Amino acid sequence: MDTVVAVAESVRKGDKRAVEIAETALARIEQRDRDLHAFLAVAKDELLAQARAVDEKRARGEALGPLAGVPVALKDALCMRGVPTTSGSKMLEGWRPPYDATVVAKLRAADALIPGKTNLDEFAMGSSTESSAYGPTKNPVDPERTPGGSSGGSAVAVAAGMSPASLGSDTGGSIRQPAAFTGVVGLKPTYGRVSRFGLVAFASSLDQIGPFATDVRGAARVLSVIAGHDPKDMTSLTAELHDYEAACGASVRGLRLGVPEEYFAEGLDPDVEASIRGAIKALEADGCSVRPVRLPHTRHAVATYYVIATAEASSNLARFDGVRYGLRVEPKAVSDQSQGSALRAMYGATRDAGFGPEVKRRILLGTFVLSAGYYDAYYLKAQKVRTLIRRDFEAAFADVDAVVCPTAPTPPFKLGEKTSDPLSMYLSDVYTLPASLAGLPALSVPCAPTPSGLPVGLQIVTRPLAETTALTLAAAVEASHPRRDEGRR
Amino acid sequence: MSGSWEAVIGLEVHAQLLTRTKLFCGCATSFGAPPNTHVCPTCLGLPGALPVLNGEAVRMAVRTALSLGCSIKESSRFARKNYFYPDLPKGYQISQYDEPFSEGGFVEFEVEESGGQAKDAPPVTKRARLTRIHMEEDAGKNLHDLGGGSVVDLNRAGTPLVEIVGEPDLRTPAEAAGYLRALRDVLVFLGVNDGNLEEGSFRCDANVSIRPAGSSTLGTRVELKNINSFRFVEKALAGEIARQRDVLESGGRVVQETRGWDEKTSSTFSLRSKETAQDYRYFPEPDLPPLRLDEAFVATLRATLAETPRVKRERFVSELGLSPYAAQVLTQHPRVAAFFEEAATLSLDGVAVANFIQSEVLRDVTTRGVEAIFPVTPGQVVEILKLVSQGKISGKQAKELYAKAKGTTASPAALAADLGMSQVSDPAAIEAACAKVVADNAKQAEQYRAGKTGVFGFFVGQVMKATKGSANPQLVNETLKRLLGG
Ligand SMILES: [Zn+2]
Repeated sequence: MDTVVAVAESVRKGDKRAVEIAETALARIEQRDRDLHAFLAVAKDELLAQARAVDEKRARGEALGPLAGVPVALKDALCMRGVPTTSGSKMLEGWRPPYDATVVAKLRAADALIPGKTNLDEFAMGSSTESSAYGPTKNPVDPERTPGGSSGGSAVAVAAGMSPASLGSDTGGSIRQPAAFTGVVGLKPTYGRVSRFGLVAFASSLDQIGPFATDVRGAARVLSVIAGHDPKDMTSLTAELHDYEAACGASVRGLRLGVPEEYFAEGLDPDVEASIRGAIKALEADGCSVRPVRLPHTRHAVATYYVIATAEASSNLARFDGVRYGLRVEPKAVSDQSQGSALRAMYGATRDAGFGPEVKRRILLGTFVLSAGYYDAYYLKAQKVRTLIRRDFEAAFADVDAVVCPTAPTPPFKLGEKTSDPLSMYLSDVYTLPASLAGLPALSVPCAPTPSGLPVGLQIVTRPLAETTALTLAAAVEASHPRRDEGRR
Repeated sequence: MSGSWEAVIGLEVHAQLLTRTKLFCGCATSFGAPPNTHVCPTCLGLPGALPVLNGEAVRMAVRTALSLGCSIKESSRFARKNYFYPDLPKGYQISQYDEPFSEGGFVEFEVEESGGQAKDAPPVTKRARLTRIHMEEDAGKNLHDLGGGSVVDLNRAGTPLVEIVGEPDLRTPAEAAGYLRALRDVLVFLGVNDGNLEEGSFRCDANVSIRPAGSSTLGTRVELKNINSFRFVEKALAGEIARQRDVLESGGRVVQETRGWDEKTSSTFSLRSKETAQDYRYFPEPDLPPLRLDEAFVATLRATLAETPRVKRERFVSELGLSPYAAQVLTQHPRVAAFFEEAATLSLDGVAVANFIQSEVLRDVTTRGVEAIFPVTPGQVVEILKLVSQGKISGKQAKELYAKAKGTTASPAALAADLGMSQVSDPAAIEAACAKVVADNAKQAEQYRAGKTGVFGFFVGQVMKATKGSANPQLVNETLKRLLGG
């Protein structure tokens, strides 16, 4: 499949019509998605209408946007006007947002095509896309294995050639880990670089939207379209954008890389380690300097993350109460007929039926850590540790330009392997959580696969707003690890 | 209440700010619109929608705090107060918790001192401290039993509120009422709130406890919810104080709880006990950055602050010579005060203007919230009074002229000419009129001369009647006295 830039160029030059590209994408989805289940909804009519509009725009001689005719699939946590948005939950089955997320509006303005909504762990809570209420997504590299999560559907849409790019959201690794597991590029921008308006919230202080693409430059182009301040999101940053595409062609010579010893410890798969060390060696050969750095609070990241993220989630998911939209389940029997108890019974029945077990687990955890008497010991302490984790990175970035490490400790695991053991599932995000907690930009780029052919991703973490440095390094890694064609069948 | 107990009262007031739009979205704030017509993804709590803080609300809140002498925090935070209720779309209310934007401050109020003092003793001025003022969003409204079920109207959801938390400095229901009135006056004069208790745009909860007089420890407090009229403030507090006294005097124990006021039975009733109190699980609102209010911003707002009604009243007395009562009446409403001030500036006689507004204009003024509709302009009032002071029309004619000028833009001077109004100040004409009245009423004249001076008023009345009120009263008096005395 062509890259983002190649598709946009072919449409701009008139070599291909957007409608042809849309039809090819639909055919590809038809062919591949029966097995992979990356999509929850294919917006066929909208897609073709968008494509026709792009072709007409070109016919009128108007300038086309930077993503003209490029299919960009959306994680189903992103609101698109009139198109069902479930966030992977029964709670929102059939709900159609009356508005576009800011990133969707920006994609439209850039003349992108939106083929549909992709599968995810329910409310983005998970690392394998298995907690989706609509069934798991399979890894195109090996359908027995998970594509990672929570943005598994968006990763697979790109990895299986159904869409050259897609958007995901990353709260603790939900873009980077599936990118690593499926062999594509996935970028989590600096917290606040991309507006969250229209993203169904999981954990507001961590959530960040970012692109998946077949190549680094494609991710850069999508980022340049979706990034920027949004008056509808007060946490979005006002800092000026950089030239992300130009960064993909810059030299890595002289860049200083830090290798955190804490990330190369027990639990790291030896094949993954070999691949990562190989990629770092290659960067060194390209002219980077490599030195060890210490991120001593890394070991607290999982605990810290699961306190803060669940606390925020317990509050963010309170709006799903059966009163205004989405699922409502009337209770079977109400013991006492007072209005208050009937109402509480409706809340209980609705939330019991609407939420899956992982979501319930996190709501309970989050409610607990915010409760009177526990707030200081859990939530407040976690915020303090979060500050320490941020300081770890600040100290490291005094000496280096980027921290390089594995994206995930293992290659993609088997479907069902960790679903009965939440803790081992949580630990699969151990390397991606620290950058999320610190709000830093982080990118996963494919490096050499394991001897058995499973994808491995190198994670590159940089200073706030230094997405450019990550893209420069990723482009170099990409150049020394030519992409395999679309994975095994 | 027996003398051995002392009440300790603190009030919490929620006041809706008169912004054009809601606190976190662009929906209009309006009262009485059809249900769920002023809503959007944000105030409906739709998935993915985010709050954006309304700058106008921040400015109004800061001006409120500055007017009440609060200190403004350079950095404050919004927090989420989590609870489930159908009128709360997000399942949490965005409020401020441990880092409010302002602290301290006070309310100065007047209270009639009772108990042994002279009945017409002037009111005493007191001061009660404020703990803090913070911003938060209002909830929607649940409407019950409309066609069997309950429905929710979210037009009000997200309306900006300031919560003004008072220290427990009040000791009597009368003080509480005085405090509430003074606080409302300040907000209404600032133009940030319409002061309407009945419609719920100014709401009051009270914390009440009692203790033996002279004790410095606090008793168990009860929270009284939703006191929605000034009339009920004193009654509800007195009722609750009496209830607590009865409980304690019969050897019982006051339970910490929330109670409501039932106006039908004139008593309070339990709403919920402390055991079932909610755990609101406050935490900092991650969708909003900390609120920064730098010194320059605060200074700009401070410069725009108007006089508080108390200061205005004092100035009306000291500079314009009004009686305290007149000053009080003319500062009931900010538009009335402005009307008076404009007229007083145009005229040279503030007292005459005050008297005329009080006796004539006020009864025709209609107010709604901070708006008021006047039947005439300040300029028309001044013109009428000028005709009187120039001796061109009588006081009685001034009232008639006002009645004719109401609801018109006519110049009173022109109107007076059209109506043929002119005060008769010609001594010859008055002499003739008085002589005729004395001649026609010889019997009464005889009585007067015999010492029954009470009939003098009768003669004045007859002269005025004969001249259709246009005679200069002073001249009539002098002339009659001379004629009758002869
Ligand atoms: Zn709204």
